[in-house]
Amino acid sequence: MSTSSPPHSATASTTPPPVAPPTMRRTPAPPPGRLIDAPPFPQGAAEALKNQQLRDNMRHATHTIRAKRARVTAELPNWEELRAAGEAIKNRTLENLDYYLEQLEANLIKNGAQVHWASDAQEAQRIVIDLIKAKGENMTHQPTPQEVVKVKSMVTQEIELNEALEAEGIAAWETDLAELIVQLGHDRPSNILVPAIHRNRDEVREIFLREMKLYGKPAPEDLDNDPKNLAAAARLHLREKFLRAKIALSGVNFCVAESGTLVIVESEGNGRMCLTLPETLISITGIEKLVPTAQDLEVMLQLLPRSSTGERMNPYTSMWTGVTPGDGPQEVHVVLVDNGRSRVLADPVGREALRCIRCAACMHQCPVYEKVGGHPYGSVYPGPIGSVLTPQLRGLDSAIDKSLPYASTLCGACAEVCPVKIPIPDILVHLRQRVVDEKKRGHRGLEQSLMRLGGWVMAKGSRLGLAGAAAGLARALIRKEYLRSLPGLGKRWTAARDLRMPPRRNFRHWWKHERGGQA
Amino acid sequence: MGREEIFTNIKAALRTQDRMGTVLRTEGDGSKDRMGTVLFCPFQGQNRTVPILSLEPSPSVLTVELFIDLLVDYKATVECADDSSQIAVLVARFLKQAQAETCVVPPGLDPAWFAAAQTAGIQVRVDNPPLSKEELDQTSAVITAACLGMAETGTIVLDHRADQGRRIISLLPDTHICVIRSDQIAAGVSEAMVHLAPLLQEGQPLTWISGPSATSDIELSRVEGVHGPRNLYVILVT
Ligand code: SF4
Repeated sequence: MSTSSPPHSATASTTPPPVAPPTMRRTPAPPPGRLIDAPPFPQGAAEALKNQQLRDNMRHATHTIRAKRARVTAELPNWEELRAAGEAIKNRTLENLDYYLEQLEANLIKNGAQVHWASDAQEAQRIVIDLIKAKGENMTHQPTPQEVVKVKSMVTQEIELNEALEAEGIAAWETDLAELIVQLGHDRPSNILVPAIHRNRDEVREIFLREMKLYGKPAPEDLDNDPKNLAAAARLHLREKFLRAKIALSGVNFCVAESGTLVIVESEGNGRMCLTLPETLISITGIEKLVPTAQDLEVMLQLLPRSSTGERMNPYTSMWTGVTPGDGPQEVHVVLVDNGRSRVLADPVGREALRCIRCAACMHQCPVYEKVGGHPYGSVYPGPIGSVLTPQLRGLDSAIDKSLPYASTLCGACAEVCPVKIPIPDILVHLRQRVVDEKKRGHRGLEQSLMRLGGWVMAKGSRLGLAGAAAGLARALIRKEYLRSLPGLGKRWTAARDLRMPPRRNFRHWWKHERGGQA
Repeated sequence: MGREEIFTNIKAALRTQDRMGTVLRTEGDGSKDRMGTVLFCPFQGQNRTVPILSLEPSPSVLTVELFIDLLVDYKATVECADDSSQIAVLVARFLKQAQAETCVVPPGLDPAWFAAAQTAGIQVRVDNPPLSKEELDQTSAVITAACLGMAETGTIVLDHRADQGRRIISLLPDTHICVIRSDQIAAGVSEAMVHLAPLLQEGQPLTWISGPSATSDIELSRVEGVHGPRNLYVILVT
C-alpha cells in the first residue's frame, strides 16, 4: 500500500473548507447529524420547497425517467404478467426465507465464499471492519493506511458503514458517479437510483474542481460543465483508486439461492471494476434480496432495468459465484444483514414491502417526492417505498419515523408502477393506524397533531398543483383510515400515461412475428 | 450469534397470521410452503410469461435484425462477417478506427482473427501468462468471442471461458471488439437463461453487456463511456 496517498491539507482548497478539517479525516465529511434525527417530514419538506433549483432539477429528472419507463414497459405485451410473476417469486421467497437463506449459504460456502451474519447495523459494521483490518496486518504488524472502493449499495448506507470505517481510519471511496458527486459534495443521496438528482451540472463542476484534488487525482483545471467531460474527470479520478485498491465493498441486487450466485446490475462499469480488480471482495446484502432459482432471476432482470432506468437492459450486469480461480478476487466474503427485516416479516401487512427490488419507479412516479426530493424523508430509502420501509425497519419511535406514513396523498401512483406490486398505499394506511395505536397506548391523545401532519401534505399538495381531485379523495381516505378501512384507490395519477411515446416499430413487429399470440 | 438470532426471528415471523388469519407457513421445517407445495421442485410455469423460443436450428432473420438494431441503438458499431478472413479484416479496421496501438486477446481466441491486425503493426498480447492490471490499463483494446446474445434487449453475455478470457481483460482496455455468431443469438432473456442457468450452477462468472458503459447521473443527460470500455464493436458472423 505504499502508493496510498496521505490525507491532503485543507489549505489546498480555494473555496470555504468542508465541515470537518480534512486533515483529521480521510474522506469528505458528510453533513452532521444522523438521518434518524431528521425533523418530521413536513418540516423537512417545507425546507426543501424553498429551494427552487432543487424543485426544477427534481421535476426534470422525475419526468424524464417516468417517460422512459412508460415507453419501455408499454412495449412488452407481457409486462403485467411479468409483474405478477415478480410478485409471486418474491412472496414465495419470503414465505420460505429461512429455507432459501440456508440454501444460499451452503452454495456460497461450497464455492469458496465466506458467509457472515449480522443481526443489526453494529454487528454488520464490526464484521466488515474486522475483515478489512485483518487484511491490513502485514508481516511487520505495522498498521497501514487502509482504503476500500465501494460500489453503490443501499444497505451500507442503511448501516452507516462509511462513517464507521472512517472512525477506524479506513477510507471508503464511492465509485458510482452520482455517489461520488454526493460524497465529494459533503452531501447525502436524495434518491436511490440517481443519488445526485438534486445537483445540476454547474454544481457538479464546482464540486469536482474544489474537492477532487483533496482526495486524489485532481479534476482538469479547464473542466467545463459538459456532462461528458465531467464523467471523464470522474473516470480519471477513480481509475487511480480502482487500480490501487486491495479491497472492494459491494452491495448486491440479487442472490440466487440454488447456485450461490450474486448479481449486480449497473450502468457505468464501476461495479465491474470493484468486482474484478481487488484481491478481496466483501459483499453486503439484506437477507431479503434473494431469489430461489436462475429462472426466477430471469424475471427480475426483465423487471428491474425497465422499471428503474427505463432501459430494456442496463449496460452491465455481473454475476459471480464465490471465488473463480485465476479470475477476480480470490477472497470473497458475503455479509447477510437483518437489521429489522425479520421484524418487518412478522407484520402481515407491512411485510409486503420486503418484496422491493429498489428500482425507484415509485419515487419517480410520486407527486410528493417530485416536489420535495429525497432529503425530507430522513432515510436512505426515500419516496413511497421509504415511507413504508423505513418506519418498519427502524421502528415507529422517532419523530421522523412517526411522520413518514403521512408523507403521501395516497394517490396510488406508486403501486401502479411497482414491478413487484407492493400495495404501498395500503401499507401506509396500516402504518398510520399503528402510529395512532401506539399513541393511544401512551395515553397521549395526539391524534389531532397526527391529523395535522397528514393534512400538511394534502394542503401543500394542492397548493403545489397536485390534482385537486386526488388530494380531495385522499383527504377522505385519511379520515376513513381511522376506521381501519383500506383505500379503494379509484383515482390514479395519470401524468405518466400522457408522456408515453410510441414504442419502436421494429420491436413490436418482431414480437408479433416471433412470440406470436402474445402480442 | 447473529445467524442463530436471525433464523429464530424469521421462523417466528413466518408463524404470524396475516389479515385473513392465514398463517404464512404451517410447516415449521421449511420443507413445504403455504400452498403445500414441496420445495425443491422448480417454480413450475408460474414465472414463465412467454413460451420459450427454441434456439435451434438458428434464430430467424427478424431476431438477428432486432439484435443488430438494439446494439446500434446503444451506439455500438456492428458489422457482419462470413468467415475468419473477413473477421480479421474487420478486427484490423476497428482497431485502426479506435486508434488502438496495443490489444489483448484471451488465450483461447482463434489466432486467425487478429492476424491482419498484427500485420498492420498493432501489438497483440495474449493473456497467458496473465497480464498485470497495470499492463492491461495501458492496453488500448481487447478482442473476445461471446457466450450468447439476446435480441429482445440487445445484450451480449460473456461467460469468460478460454475464448473470452478473464473478466479484467474485457474491462480495462477502452475498446472492446466482440465476435459473436448469429446462431448464438437467443430471442430474449427467458431463452438466454435456459442456457445460462447451468453455467451459474457450475460457478462460471457471467458479464452481460448491453452497449458501452453509460451514465445519466448528471441531469439525466446520457454520457456514453464512464469506466468500462467506451467503444464497443460487434462482429456478427452469419
Ligand atoms: S417499492 Fe416497488 S417501485 Fe418502489 S423501489 Fe421498490 S420495487 Fe421499485
